[in-house]
Amino acid sequence: MTGQKSCENSSCCGGSVSLEPLASIEDLNPGYLTGWISRASARIPQVATRMTMRDHLDSWNLRWRLGRPVRRVPPGLYAVGNPGEDSPVLVSANYKMSFDRLRSALPGLDTWVLVIETAGVNVWCSAGKGTFNAREIHQRIMESGLQRIVTHRTLVLPQLSAPGVDSNELSRLSGFRVVFGPVRAPDIPEFLRAGMKATPKMRRVRFGFWDRVVLTPVEVMGIRKWAFTGFLVLLAVMWLRERPVSPAGALSGALLGAVPYAGAVLAGSVFVPALLPYIPGRALSFKGALLGLLWALAYAARSYPEVDWVASVPYVLVLPAISSFLALNFTGSTTYTSLSGVLEEMGVALPVTAVAVVLGVVWAVVRAIV
Amino acid sequence: MGLRYLSKFVTLELDEEKCTGCGLCLEVCPHGVFSLGAGHSSIQDRDACMECGGCALNCPSGALRVRAGVGCAYAIFLGRLRGTEPCCG
Repeated sequence: MTGQKSCENSSCCGGSVSLEPLASIEDLNPGYLTGWISRASARIPQVATRMTMRDHLDSWNLRWRLGRPVRRVPPGLYAVGNPGEDSPVLVSANYKMSFDRLRSALPGLDTWVLVIETAGVNVWCSAGKGTFNAREIHQRIMESGLQRIVTHRTLVLPQLSAPGVDSNELSRLSGFRVVFGPVRAPDIPEFLRAGMKATPKMRRVRFGFWDRVVLTPVEVMGIRKWAFTGFLVLLAVMWLRERPVSPAGALSGALLGAVPYAGAVLAGSVFVPALLPYIPGRALSFKGALLGLLWALAYAARSYPEVDWVASVPYVLVLPAISSFLALNFTGSTTYTSLSGVLEEMGVALPVTAVAVVLGVVWAVVRAIV
Repeated sequence: MGLRYLSKFVTLELDEEKCTGCGLCLEVCPHGVFSLGAGHSSIQDRDACMECGGCALNCPSGALRVRAGVGCAYAIFLGRLRGTEPCCG
Protein backbone atom coordinates (compact mmCIF):
# COMPACT_ATOMS: atom_id res chain seq x y z
CA MET A 1 0.00 0.00 0.00
CA THR A 2 -0.20 1.74 1.25
CA GLY A 3 1.65 3.53 0.23
CA GLN A 4 1.35 -0.27 -1.03
CA LYS A 5 -0.67 -0.31 0.26
CA SER A 6 -3.05 -2.14 0.66
CA CYS A 7 -1.33 -1.15 -1.25
CA GLU A 8 -8.07 -0.43 -2.84
CA ASN A 9 -8.65 -1.53 -0.44
CA SER A 10 -6.96 -3.90 -2.69
CA SER A 11 -3.69 -5.38 -2.24
CA CYS A 12 -1.02 -3.04 -3.30
CA CYS A 13 0.59 -3.89 -6.23
CA GLY A 14 -0.18 -7.36 -7.17
CA GLY A 15 0.53 -8.77 -10.49
CA SER A 16 2.77 -7.41 -13.11
CA VAL A 17 1.79 -4.01 -14.29
CA SER A 18 2.11 -3.32 -17.96
CA LEU A 19 1.89 -0.11 -19.87
CA GLU A 20 1.00 -1.48 -23.25
CA PRO A 21 -0.77 1.16 -25.28
CA LEU A 22 -4.48 1.00 -24.57
CA ALA A 23 -7.07 1.26 -27.32
CA SER A 24 -9.19 4.40 -27.27
CA ILE A 25 -12.46 4.37 -25.39
CA GLU A 26 -14.23 4.53 -28.75
CA ASP A 27 -12.52 1.39 -30.05
CA LEU A 28 -12.85 -0.47 -26.76
CA ASN A 29 -16.51 0.48 -26.42
CA PRO A 30 -16.75 -0.99 -22.91
CA GLY A 31 -20.02 -1.77 -21.20
CA TYR A 32 -19.81 1.27 -18.94
CA LEU A 33 -19.87 3.67 -21.92
CA THR A 34 -23.43 4.94 -22.25
CA GLY A 35 -23.05 7.78 -24.76
CA TRP A 36 -21.21 10.94 -25.75
CA ILE A 37 -21.76 14.55 -24.83
CA SER A 38 -20.44 17.65 -26.61
CA ARG A 39 -18.86 20.46 -24.64
CA ALA A 40 -16.60 23.26 -25.89
CA SER A 41 -16.18 21.49 -29.24
CA ALA A 42 -15.02 18.30 -27.57
CA ARG A 43 -16.81 14.96 -27.47
CA ILE A 44 -16.70 13.45 -24.04
CA PRO A 45 -17.63 9.86 -23.21
CA GLN A 46 -20.43 9.46 -20.72
CA VAL A 47 -20.31 6.56 -18.28
CA ALA A 48 -22.85 4.53 -16.34
CA THR A 49 -23.19 4.69 -12.56
CA ARG A 50 -24.78 1.26 -12.39
CA MET A 51 -22.59 -1.80 -12.18
CA THR A 52 -23.35 -4.57 -14.62
CA MET A 53 -22.76 -8.26 -14.21
CA ARG A 54 -19.64 -7.78 -16.36
CA ASP A 55 -18.24 -5.19 -13.92
CA HIS A 56 -18.77 -7.52 -10.97
CA LEU A 57 -17.08 -10.30 -12.89
CA ASP A 58 -14.11 -8.02 -13.64
CA SER A 59 -13.76 -7.29 -9.93
CA TRP A 60 -14.02 -10.94 -9.01
CA ASN A 61 -11.32 -11.86 -11.53
CA LEU A 62 -9.07 -9.05 -10.34
CA ARG A 63 -9.46 -10.18 -6.74
CA TRP A 64 -8.69 -13.79 -7.60
CA ARG A 65 -6.15 -13.01 -10.29
CA LEU A 66 -8.00 -15.07 -12.85
CA GLY A 67 -7.55 -14.94 -16.58
CA ARG A 68 -6.90 -11.54 -18.08
CA PRO A 69 -9.48 -9.29 -16.50
CA VAL A 70 -10.00 -5.74 -17.66
CA ARG A 71 -7.58 -3.88 -15.45
CA ARG A 72 -7.18 -0.47 -17.04
CA VAL A 73 -9.55 2.27 -18.09
CA PRO A 74 -8.37 4.55 -20.92
CA PRO A 75 -7.12 7.79 -19.32
CA GLY A 76 -9.00 10.99 -20.13
CA LEU A 77 -12.05 13.00 -19.22
CA TYR A 78 -15.40 11.29 -18.62
CA ALA A 79 -18.88 12.61 -17.91
CA VAL A 80 -21.15 11.23 -15.21
CA GLY A 81 -24.73 12.35 -15.73
CA ASN A 82 -24.96 15.60 -17.61
CA PRO A 83 -22.21 17.88 -16.28
CA GLY A 84 -21.76 21.51 -17.25
CA GLU A 85 -19.10 24.19 -16.99
CA ASP A 86 -19.46 24.52 -13.23
CA SER A 87 -19.71 20.83 -12.36
CA PRO A 88 -17.06 19.39 -10.03
CA VAL A 89 -14.03 17.55 -11.43
CA LEU A 90 -13.04 14.33 -9.67
CA VAL A 91 -9.62 12.85 -10.42
CA SER A 92 -9.05 9.10 -10.26
CA ALA A 93 -6.68 6.27 -11.12
CA ASN A 94 -7.25 4.10 -14.17
CA TYR A 95 -7.55 0.89 -12.18
CA LYS A 96 -10.89 -0.62 -13.20
CA MET A 97 -12.03 -1.23 -9.61
CA SER A 98 -11.15 2.32 -8.51
CA PHE A 99 -13.06 3.71 -11.49
CA ASP A 100 -16.03 1.42 -10.84
CA ARG A 101 -16.18 2.36 -7.21
CA LEU A 102 -16.08 6.04 -8.05
CA ARG A 103 -18.80 6.04 -10.74
CA SER A 104 -21.10 3.76 -8.77
CA ALA A 105 -20.99 6.31 -5.94
CA LEU A 106 -22.33 9.06 -8.21
CA PRO A 107 -25.85 8.14 -9.37
CA GLY A 108 -27.99 11.22 -9.94
CA LEU A 109 -24.99 13.58 -9.82
CA ASP A 110 -23.51 15.56 -12.69
CA THR A 111 -19.74 15.46 -12.44
CA TRP A 112 -16.60 15.22 -14.51
CA VAL A 113 -14.19 12.38 -13.86
CA LEU A 114 -10.59 12.85 -14.95
CA VAL A 115 -8.90 9.46 -15.21
CA ILE A 116 -5.11 9.50 -15.18
CA GLU A 117 -2.71 6.76 -16.23
CA THR A 118 -1.57 4.78 -13.19
CA ALA A 119 -0.81 1.57 -15.09
CA GLY A 120 -3.96 -0.07 -13.79
CA VAL A 121 -2.96 0.35 -10.15
CA ASN A 122 -5.35 1.68 -7.51
CA VAL A 123 -5.15 5.19 -6.08
CA TRP A 124 -3.27 4.54 -2.87
CA CYS A 125 -0.70 2.18 -4.32
CA SER A 126 -0.05 4.29 -7.37
CA ALA A 127 0.44 7.30 -5.10
CA GLY A 128 2.90 5.24 -3.08
CA LYS A 129 4.71 4.23 -6.25
CA GLY A 130 4.72 7.79 -7.52
CA THR A 131 2.70 7.21 -10.69
CA PHE A 132 -0.29 9.15 -9.33
CA ASN A 133 1.49 12.50 -9.39
CA ALA A 134 1.08 16.19 -10.15
CA ARG A 135 2.74 16.06 -13.56
CA GLU A 136 0.58 13.19 -14.79
CA ILE A 137 -2.58 15.00 -13.65
CA HIS A 138 -1.43 18.21 -15.31
CA GLN A 139 -0.75 16.39 -18.56
CA ARG A 140 -4.25 14.86 -18.58
CA ILE A 141 -5.76 18.28 -17.89
CA MET A 142 -3.96 19.69 -20.90
CA GLU A 143 -4.87 16.77 -23.17
CA SER A 144 -8.54 16.84 -22.25
CA GLY A 145 -8.92 20.60 -22.66
CA LEU A 146 -10.46 20.77 -19.20
CA GLN A 147 -9.73 24.51 -18.93
CA ARG A 148 -12.14 25.12 -21.80
CA ILE A 149 -14.75 22.67 -20.58
CA VAL A 150 -15.13 24.02 -17.04
CA THR A 151 -15.07 27.65 -15.94
CA HIS A 152 -14.11 27.00 -12.30
CA ARG A 153 -10.58 26.07 -11.26
CA THR A 154 -10.95 23.37 -8.62
CA LEU A 155 -9.89 19.74 -8.73
CA VAL A 156 -11.09 17.13 -6.27
CA LEU A 157 -8.41 14.51 -5.61
CA PRO A 158 -8.87 11.29 -3.67
CA GLN A 159 -7.41 11.83 -0.21
CA LEU A 160 -5.29 8.71 -0.57
CA SER A 161 -3.48 10.19 -3.57
CA ALA A 162 -1.71 12.65 -1.24
CA PRO A 163 1.43 10.50 -0.80
CA GLY A 164 2.05 10.87 -4.55
CA VAL A 165 0.63 14.29 -5.40
CA ASP A 166 2.31 17.51 -4.32
CA SER A 167 -0.84 19.61 -4.46
CA ASN A 168 1.13 22.87 -4.30
CA GLU A 169 3.08 21.85 -7.39
CA LEU A 170 -0.11 20.79 -9.16
CA SER A 171 -1.69 24.19 -8.48
CA ARG A 172 1.39 25.97 -9.81
CA LEU A 173 1.44 23.83 -12.95
CA SER A 174 -2.23 23.83 -13.81
CA GLY A 175 -3.76 26.86 -12.17
CA PHE A 176 -6.31 24.61 -10.48
CA ARG A 177 -6.89 24.72 -6.75
CA VAL A 178 -6.63 21.26 -5.19
CA VAL A 179 -9.14 19.92 -2.70
CA PHE A 180 -8.64 16.50 -1.19
CA GLY A 181 -11.90 14.60 -1.23
CA PRO A 182 -12.83 11.80 1.14
CA VAL A 183 -10.99 8.48 1.46
CA ARG A 184 -13.98 6.44 0.26
CA ALA A 185 -15.98 7.09 -2.88
CA PRO A 186 -19.43 6.56 -1.30
CA ASP A 187 -18.81 9.65 0.87
CA ILE A 188 -18.38 11.88 -2.21
CA PRO A 189 -22.04 12.95 -2.61
CA GLU A 190 -22.18 14.07 1.01
CA PHE A 191 -18.79 15.77 0.67
CA LEU A 192 -20.02 17.71 -2.37
CA ARG A 193 -23.31 18.65 -0.70
CA ALA A 194 -21.38 20.05 2.25
CA GLY A 195 -19.53 22.41 -0.08
CA MET A 196 -16.48 20.16 -0.47
CA LYS A 197 -16.02 19.64 3.24
CA ALA A 198 -15.11 16.22 4.62
CA THR A 199 -15.95 15.16 8.13
CA PRO A 200 -13.08 13.77 10.25
CA LYS A 201 -14.66 10.35 9.84
CA MET A 202 -14.45 10.61 6.05
CA ARG A 203 -10.74 11.32 6.38
CA ARG A 204 -9.94 8.11 8.21
CA VAL A 205 -8.92 4.86 6.61
CA ARG A 206 -10.58 1.77 7.99
CA PHE A 207 -9.45 -1.80 7.99
CA GLY A 208 -12.48 -3.76 9.10
CA PHE A 209 -13.14 -7.45 8.88
CA TRP A 210 -14.43 -7.45 5.29
CA ASP A 211 -11.74 -5.01 4.16
CA ARG A 212 -9.20 -7.54 5.35
CA VAL A 213 -10.90 -10.73 4.20
CA VAL A 214 -11.41 -9.42 0.68
CA LEU A 215 -7.62 -9.19 0.34
CA THR A 216 -6.93 -12.79 1.25
CA PRO A 217 -7.52 -14.34 -2.21
CA VAL A 218 -4.58 -12.35 -3.53
CA GLU A 219 -2.44 -13.63 -0.67
CA VAL A 220 -3.45 -17.22 -1.35
CA MET A 221 -3.12 -16.99 -5.13
CA GLY A 222 0.26 -15.35 -4.76
CA ILE A 223 1.78 -18.56 -3.43
CA ARG A 224 0.30 -21.01 -5.92
CA LYS A 225 3.65 -21.82 -7.48
CA TRP A 226 5.32 -22.32 -4.12
CA ALA A 227 2.52 -24.57 -2.95
CA PHE A 228 2.74 -26.65 -6.11
CA THR A 229 6.53 -26.96 -5.84
CA GLY A 230 6.20 -27.93 -2.18
CA PHE A 231 3.70 -30.60 -3.07
CA LEU A 232 6.04 -32.08 -5.70
CA VAL A 233 8.84 -32.21 -3.12
CA LEU A 234 6.49 -33.95 -0.71
CA LEU A 235 5.53 -36.44 -3.41
CA ALA A 236 9.21 -37.19 -4.06
CA VAL A 237 9.87 -37.64 -0.33
CA MET A 238 6.92 -40.02 0.00
CA TRP A 239 8.12 -42.01 -2.97
CA LEU A 240 11.65 -42.32 -1.64
CA ARG A 241 10.71 -42.97 1.96
CA GLU A 242 7.73 -45.26 1.64
CA ARG A 243 8.44 -46.83 -1.71
CA PRO A 244 4.74 -47.55 -2.13
CA VAL A 245 3.86 -50.06 -4.75
CA SER A 246 1.61 -47.69 -6.62
CA PRO A 247 1.73 -44.04 -7.69
CA ALA A 248 -1.72 -43.77 -6.13
CA GLY A 249 -0.22 -44.69 -2.80
CA ALA A 250 2.44 -42.01 -3.12
CA LEU A 251 -0.21 -39.49 -4.12
CA SER A 252 -2.51 -40.22 -1.20
CA GLY A 253 0.51 -40.19 1.10
CA ALA A 254 1.56 -36.79 -0.23
CA LEU A 255 -1.99 -35.44 0.10
CA LEU A 256 -2.11 -36.50 3.73
CA GLY A 257 1.40 -35.18 4.24
CA ALA A 258 0.38 -31.82 2.78
CA VAL A 259 -2.32 -31.25 5.40
CA PRO A 260 -0.06 -29.67 8.05
CA TYR A 261 1.51 -27.34 5.48
CA ALA A 262 -1.83 -26.36 3.98
CA GLY A 263 -2.98 -25.52 7.50
CA ALA A 264 0.08 -23.34 8.07
CA VAL A 265 -0.52 -21.55 4.77
CA LEU A 266 -4.16 -20.87 5.66
CA ALA A 267 -3.17 -19.72 9.15
CA GLY A 268 -0.70 -17.17 7.78
CA SER A 269 -2.54 -15.92 4.71
CA VAL A 270 -6.21 -16.15 5.68
CA PHE A 271 -6.63 -16.46 9.45
CA VAL A 272 -4.08 -13.79 10.39
CA PRO A 273 -5.74 -11.18 8.11
CA ALA A 274 -9.23 -12.19 9.23
CA LEU A 275 -8.45 -12.21 12.96
CA LEU A 276 -5.82 -9.45 12.87
CA PRO A 277 -7.05 -7.28 15.78
CA TYR A 278 -7.70 -10.25 18.05
CA ILE A 279 -4.30 -11.98 17.84
CA PRO A 280 -1.82 -10.80 20.47
CA GLY A 281 1.27 -8.86 19.46
CA ARG A 282 1.80 -6.00 17.04
CA ALA A 283 4.24 -7.46 14.55
CA LEU A 284 2.40 -9.39 11.85
CA SER A 285 5.17 -12.00 11.74
CA PHE A 286 4.59 -12.62 15.46
CA LYS A 287 0.85 -13.01 14.96
CA GLY A 288 1.56 -15.46 12.15
CA ALA A 289 4.06 -17.46 14.19
CA LEU A 290 1.56 -17.67 17.04
CA LEU A 291 -1.25 -19.08 14.88
CA GLY A 292 1.21 -21.38 13.13
CA LEU A 293 2.41 -22.68 16.48
CA LEU A 294 -1.14 -23.32 17.67
CA TRP A 295 -1.83 -25.22 14.49
CA ALA A 296 1.41 -27.23 14.76
CA LEU A 297 0.68 -28.18 18.36
CA ALA A 298 -2.89 -29.15 17.52
CA TYR A 299 -1.66 -31.27 14.63
CA ALA A 300 0.99 -32.95 16.78
CA ALA A 301 -1.48 -33.54 19.62
CA ARG A 302 -3.92 -35.20 17.25
CA SER A 303 -1.43 -37.91 16.35
CA TYR A 304 -0.07 -38.35 19.88
CA PRO A 305 0.70 -40.96 21.31
CA GLU A 306 0.86 -43.09 18.14
CA VAL A 307 3.43 -40.66 16.76
CA ASP A 308 6.37 -40.06 19.01
CA TRP A 309 6.83 -36.35 19.98
CA VAL A 310 10.32 -36.45 18.50
CA ALA A 311 8.74 -36.90 15.08
CA SER A 312 6.54 -33.82 15.60
CA VAL A 313 9.38 -31.41 16.40
CA PRO A 314 10.01 -30.45 12.74
CA TYR A 315 6.35 -29.41 12.41
CA VAL A 316 6.57 -27.24 15.50
CA LEU A 317 9.59 -25.50 13.95
CA VAL A 318 8.60 -25.29 10.28
CA LEU A 319 4.84 -24.62 10.40
CA PRO A 320 5.06 -21.42 12.51
CA ALA A 321 7.85 -20.24 10.19
CA ILE A 322 5.59 -20.64 7.16
CA SER A 323 2.67 -18.84 8.83
CA SER A 324 4.96 -16.12 10.08
CA PHE A 325 6.43 -15.44 6.67
CA LEU A 326 3.02 -15.29 5.00
CA ALA A 327 1.64 -13.02 7.70
CA LEU A 328 4.63 -10.72 7.26
CA ASN A 329 3.74 -10.64 3.58
CA PHE A 330 0.35 -9.22 4.48
CA THR A 331 2.03 -5.96 5.56
CA GLY A 332 1.83 -5.01 1.89
CA SER A 333 -1.95 -5.18 1.98
CA THR A 334 -2.64 -3.46 5.27
CA THR A 335 -3.69 0.13 5.65
CA TYR A 336 -1.64 0.91 8.73
CA THR A 337 1.87 -0.60 8.66
CA SER A 338 4.81 1.77 8.31
CA LEU A 339 8.01 1.26 6.35
CA SER A 340 10.17 1.66 9.47
CA GLY A 341 8.12 -0.87 11.37
CA VAL A 342 8.22 -3.38 8.52
CA LEU A 343 12.00 -3.03 8.24
CA GLU A 344 12.38 -3.66 11.98
CA GLU A 345 10.04 -6.59 11.83
CA MET A 346 11.82 -8.15 8.86
CA GLY A 347 15.18 -7.78 10.58
CA VAL A 348 13.97 -10.04 13.37
CA ALA A 349 11.46 -12.29 11.66
CA LEU A 350 13.39 -13.38 8.58
CA PRO A 351 16.49 -14.70 10.43
CA VAL A 352 14.33 -16.40 13.07
CA THR A 353 12.08 -18.14 10.53
CA ALA A 354 15.09 -19.16 8.42
CA VAL A 355 16.78 -20.74 11.46
CA ALA A 356 13.55 -22.51 12.44
CA VAL A 357 13.15 -24.00 8.96
CA VAL A 358 16.79 -25.16 8.80
CA LEU A 359 16.56 -26.72 12.27
CA GLY A 360 13.31 -28.44 11.40
CA VAL A 361 14.67 -29.89 8.17
CA VAL A 362 17.92 -31.02 9.81
CA TRP A 363 15.93 -32.64 12.63
CA ALA A 364 13.74 -34.54 10.18
CA VAL A 365 16.68 -35.68 8.05
CA VAL A 366 18.73 -36.82 11.06
CA ARG A 367 15.75 -38.74 12.39
CA ALA A 368 15.24 -40.42 9.02
CA ILE A 369 18.87 -41.52 8.89
CA VAL A 370 19.29 -42.61 12.52
CA MET B 1 -9.38 1.52 14.33
CA GLY B 2 -7.97 -0.59 17.10
CA LEU B 3 -5.07 -1.82 14.99
CA ARG B 4 -1.69 -0.56 16.11
CA TYR B 5 1.67 -1.26 14.60
CA LEU B 6 5.29 -1.07 15.78
CA SER B 7 5.20 2.62 16.51
CA LYS B 8 8.43 3.41 18.25
CA PHE B 9 10.29 3.33 14.93
CA VAL B 10 8.14 5.96 13.23
CA THR B 11 10.28 8.69 11.64
CA LEU B 12 7.67 11.48 11.49
CA GLU B 13 8.98 14.90 12.58
CA LEU B 14 7.08 18.17 12.84
CA ASP B 15 8.86 21.51 13.09
CA GLU B 16 6.31 23.59 14.97
CA GLU B 17 8.35 26.75 14.32
CA LYS B 18 7.91 26.40 10.56
CA CYS B 19 4.26 25.30 10.71
CA THR B 20 1.76 27.99 9.75
CA GLY B 21 -1.30 26.10 10.97
CA CYS B 22 -2.91 25.74 7.53
CA GLY B 23 -4.29 22.34 8.49
CA LEU B 24 -3.52 20.52 5.24
CA CYS B 25 -1.81 17.70 7.15
CA LEU B 26 -5.07 17.05 9.00
CA GLU B 27 -6.83 16.72 5.65
CA VAL B 28 -4.45 14.27 4.03
CA CYS B 29 -3.60 12.09 7.03
CA PRO B 30 -5.64 8.86 6.88
CA HIS B 31 -4.97 8.01 10.52
CA GLY B 32 -5.76 11.20 12.44
CA VAL B 33 -2.15 11.68 13.53
CA PHE B 34 -2.41 15.50 13.70
CA SER B 35 -4.46 17.97 15.66
CA LEU B 36 -4.71 21.72 15.21
CA GLY B 37 -4.47 24.25 18.00
CA ALA B 38 -2.52 27.29 19.20
CA GLY B 39 -1.88 28.36 15.61
CA HIS B 40 -0.02 25.28 14.56
CA SER B 41 -0.39 21.53 14.06
CA SER B 42 0.71 19.03 16.65
CA ILE B 43 1.32 15.32 16.50
CA GLN B 44 -1.42 13.95 18.71
CA ASP B 45 -1.25 10.27 17.77
CA ARG B 46 2.24 9.43 16.57
CA ASP B 47 1.49 5.79 17.24
CA ALA B 48 -0.92 5.69 14.30
CA CYS B 49 1.48 7.05 11.65
CA MET B 50 2.10 4.68 8.75
CA GLU B 51 4.70 6.89 7.06
CA CYS B 52 2.75 7.28 3.83
CA GLY B 53 4.36 10.70 3.36
CA GLY B 54 1.22 12.54 2.23
CA CYS B 55 1.60 15.22 4.90
CA ALA B 56 5.27 15.95 4.25
CA LEU B 57 4.81 16.11 0.47
CA ASN B 58 1.89 18.51 0.75
CA CYS B 59 2.99 20.75 3.62
CA PRO B 60 3.36 24.19 2.03
CA SER B 61 5.89 25.36 4.62
CA GLY B 62 8.09 22.27 4.69
CA ALA B 63 7.45 21.74 8.38
CA LEU B 64 7.07 17.97 8.15
CA ARG B 65 9.61 15.25 7.54
CA VAL B 66 9.16 11.51 7.35
CA ARG B 67 10.97 8.64 5.70
CA ALA B 68 8.09 7.76 3.42
CA GLY B 69 7.70 4.45 1.76
CA VAL B 70 5.50 1.49 1.16
CA GLY B 71 5.42 -0.62 4.29
CA CYS B 72 5.37 -3.83 2.33
CA ALA B 73 7.72 -6.60 3.37
CA TYR B 74 7.50 -8.44 0.07
CA ALA B 75 8.42 -5.33 -1.90
CA ILE B 76 11.38 -4.57 0.35
CA PHE B 77 12.46 -8.20 0.19
CA LEU B 78 12.33 -8.27 -3.63
CA GLY B 79 14.11 -4.95 -3.79
CA ARG B 80 16.96 -6.29 -1.69
CA LEU B 81 17.22 -9.45 -3.73
CA ARG B 82 17.46 -7.50 -6.96
CA GLY B 83 19.33 -4.54 -5.57
CA THR B 84 16.58 -2.14 -6.57
CA GLU B 85 14.23 0.03 -4.61
CA PRO B 86 11.29 -1.79 -3.04
CA CYS B 87 9.27 -3.16 -5.89
CA CYS B 88 6.09 -5.05 -5.87
CA GLY B 89 6.62 -7.79 -8.37
